[in-house]
Amino acid sequence: MKIDLATFKKILLSLTITYEEEIDCQECYQHMDQFADMLREGEDPAKVLPLVKHHLDLCRDCNEEFEALSDALAACDDLEA
Amino acid sequence: MKQRSNTEWIESLSDPVSDEALSDLRTLLLRGLRASLSNRISTDLDSITEDFAQEALLKILNNIQTFRGESKFTTWAQKIAIHVAFTELRRRRWKDISLQEFIETPEGEEYTPIILKDPDSSPEQEATQSDIMGVVEELIENELTERQRTAMIAILQGGMPMDEVARQLGTNRNALYKLLHDARKRLQVRLEEKAGLTVHEILTLFER
Repeated sequence: MKIDLATFKKILLSLTITYEEEIDCQECYQHMDQFADMLREGEDPAKVLPLVKHHLDLCRDCNEEFEALSDALAACDDLEA
Repeated sequence: MKQRSNTEWIESLSDPVSDEALSDLRTLLLRGLRASLSNRISTDLDSITEDFAQEALLKILNNIQTFRGESKFTTWAQKIAIHVAFTELRRRRWKDISLQEFIETPEGEEYTPIILKDPDSSPEQEATQSDIMGVVEELIENELTERQRTAMIAILQGGMPMDEVARQLGTNRNALYKLLHDARKRLQVRLEEKAGLTVHEILTLFER
């Protein structure tokens, strides 16, 4: 098993943001819409939903879906105005 | 498009479902899916997004009573459509790639981790980094389970999505997250004990 330097640094980086209490993907998904709306309304969702923010920083798959959701919402602004 | 409150969306999409509301929601989902997938799909974008929107609409109608009102209804609906699309796209992209590809060396050695050195490090940096790398190699080999090692490398090095790693390990995404969380906590504690430094301090040794 060879580990390249970039992966090694990713492992170290993930250890710097590893906490005793974290939420899993399902819980992050449950709050993702609320998080997205708060962000779009200019609020700071990380203050209200810090564990969701933490999960999005750590989980590439959830982060990818969150970014895609943000793109989708932005694209529909004129339909919902 | 008619503007609706959350309550109006729920009412119009509950039995009997309003054709107008369903059509409006479909329009929103299609627009959202096209925007979020256009840089990820090069061919058949329209037909693929049609399929995802249709599947998402069914899921939304079947689960409408679970909407908790913590967001706009349309944001909740778009979230479901994105999840439907990404789950399927990841499955298609990775279905023929085995986890083994990420952990086996050409010589067939699976479990002895070797961290590849930075060719641009100075001799002083290399000496410090080498010690830490040795500790991490040892911890990955001795402190993590085979499943933890495999999942961590497949995700962080191989870029394999959580859903696919979970499927190949015969588990689900939440259980996999817990498995990796336990692995990270274990590595964090043991690395700080063995190196006598915090993980933040260790990371700075590898930053330029």
